[in-house]
Amino acid sequence: MPTTLSPPATADVAALRDHAHELRRLMMTMTRGKGEGYIAQGLGIADCLAALYFHELRHDPANPDDPDRDRFLLSTGHYSIAMYAVLAAAGYLEEDELPTYGLNGSRLPMSTFDVTPGIEIVGGSLGQGLGQAVGMALGLRIDGSDARVFCEFSDGELDEGSTWEALMGGATFGVDNLVALVDCNGIQADGPVTVAIEPVAEKLTAFGWDTREVDGNDMQALTDALAASRERDGRPKAIVLRTTPGHGIPSIVARPRAHFVRVGDDEWAGFMDELEENR
Amino acid sequence: MSTTTGPEVFGQTRGMGELIDVADKETVLAPFGTELAALGRERPEIVALTADMGRYSDILPFRDEHPDRFFNVGMAEQNLVATAAGLAKVGKIAYCTTYSVFVTRRAYDFVAIACAHSMANVKIFAGMPGLMNGYGATHQATEDLNMMRGIADLTIIDPCDAVELRQVTRAVADIPGTVYVRLLRGKVPVELPDDYEFIPGVAAPLRSGDGSVGIVSTGYMTGRALDAARAASEQGIEASVLHVPTIKPFDTAGVLEFAGRHDRLVVAENHKRTGGLATLVTEAMFDAGLLRPMVRVGLDDGFFECGSQEYLEATYGVDLPRIVRAVVDGV
Repeated sequence: MPTTLSPPATADVAALRDHAHELRRLMMTMTRGKGEGYIAQGLGIADCLAALYFHELRHDPANPDDPDRDRFLLSTGHYSIAMYAVLAAAGYLEEDELPTYGLNGSRLPMSTFDVTPGIEIVGGSLGQGLGQAVGMALGLRIDGSDARVFCEFSDGELDEGSTWEALMGGATFGVDNLVALVDCNGIQADGPVTVAIEPVAEKLTAFGWDTREVDGNDMQALTDALAASRERDGRPKAIVLRTTPGHGIPSIVARPRAHFVRVGDDEWAGFMDELEENR
Repeated sequence: MSTTTGPEVFGQTRGMGELIDVADKETVLAPFGTELAALGRERPEIVALTADMGRYSDILPFRDEHPDRFFNVGMAEQNLVATAAGLAKVGKIAYCTTYSVFVTRRAYDFVAIACAHSMANVKIFAGMPGLMNGYGATHQATEDLNMMRGIADLTIIDPCDAVELRQVTRAVADIPGTVYVRLLRGKVPVELPDDYEFIPGVAAPLRSGDGSVGIVSTGYMTGRALDAARAASEQGIEASVLHVPTIKPFDTAGVLEFAGRHDRLVVAENHKRTGGLATLVTEAMFDAGLLRPMVRVGLDDGFFECGSQEYLEATYGVDLPRIVRAVVDGV
């Protein structure tokens, strides 16, 4: 079906990789100010956010409340560091505000709240994002809008029963203007994902979602999957993203406990060097 | 003889959660659903959802008139609230229904974070609040006011009768943010006069006595409070009645003014004696240094068993004779 959506038919993959690199650089800069953060997840999801905000999403940073905008919902509020990076890079925030990340009185708290420009929902209480995305998609459909809803959530959130309720709801209501982005990075607070959530893609398919599975750090694969998810065929869309926590900085990838990373003053310069070497 | 007005097809709610002391009262069938359906004609931004409780929450008149704006999410209360929040965040006013026990105990975090924290226009009509059926603790939301008053930026309303419920159904559309309404369903009695006006956040004096005894009540217990005042009058005691439909935000000034005009108080609610209306009245009076003897008519702490509604209400002390005793004897 022809689409009226705004993304170009072909993606400038090289430019998007540069954007992703810039997001990682911004995240590391924020981490330096605070000395800690959910940096591994942020580095892992950077490619997806770059693909969304610089290619796939129809949005206007000058008018963040535009009713015709595509919505991006970050369910994993603790990925805030990645969101603030992309919101700054896209023009929702000034870059000089980023060092306030996680500090008292900041608009950029450690977990996302919808008071920050460009943040659509309160994330962080995990398992609440996808249901709200289904509701938004229903509401936009009622209005005849061709805006779409993109909802990121994590493999860890597949532990939450409410996520499965929302998966069934999305399929029941046939919200093909909704794209679920399932960040399967294999980690949660206590370490590796322990509950038997795999095979994720097969489960989503069985639940009625038009599902693709890609290397979430492969920009070409990401943009191809996003393009395929524009089809309006009565089925909600899902992209299972296999991401590597810490992607771009091998020393962080190698950390045995990557859920919450502390970056010492003596480590920061070395991490930045690794980031440049691996771009 | 009772007379009932309303759509004939909505007799389905009979059997569970109907009010029992309506035999000699005028009643209205499904006032919430019929009013919501009418409101939906005027306001296209209204949508409605249920979690497999359409038939039992009187919301089917809206579905029948506005099928494109009605969604049944199945037995999934967390998803009910999350989906409603999403609809609200793209400009809808999302009415949703389930039983009070399920939305409060199971979906609490979703009401707090997905809805109230964002001031989302979600209007929750919760069936069978308090002790309103004989199905045991699984279906008796005897602590719902206590739970929900703990959520910031949430409005809580406990309507008295069909007259008020109709007005509340309309009014909540214009109350900013998330609202929790204790739903009366099925054949709902008429207790209030035609000229009654529900004002959000304002307590309503319904009966003026001689200053000896003041009854403060909410929800359908206000109907019983009026009955109790009439019964007490036959014994020479003229009690006043203050109806408090909005539990949060609480009308502290109105309650204090009323309390200050009476020698002693009776507080009556369809809820445990702790954490609900009596606690709110007590807090307000204590903070103001206004002390009066008070009898709290409400439920004991505990989980209640199955049984007939009459048996449970008499056993746990919320029936009409209990209020009369509190008014007449002060115990």
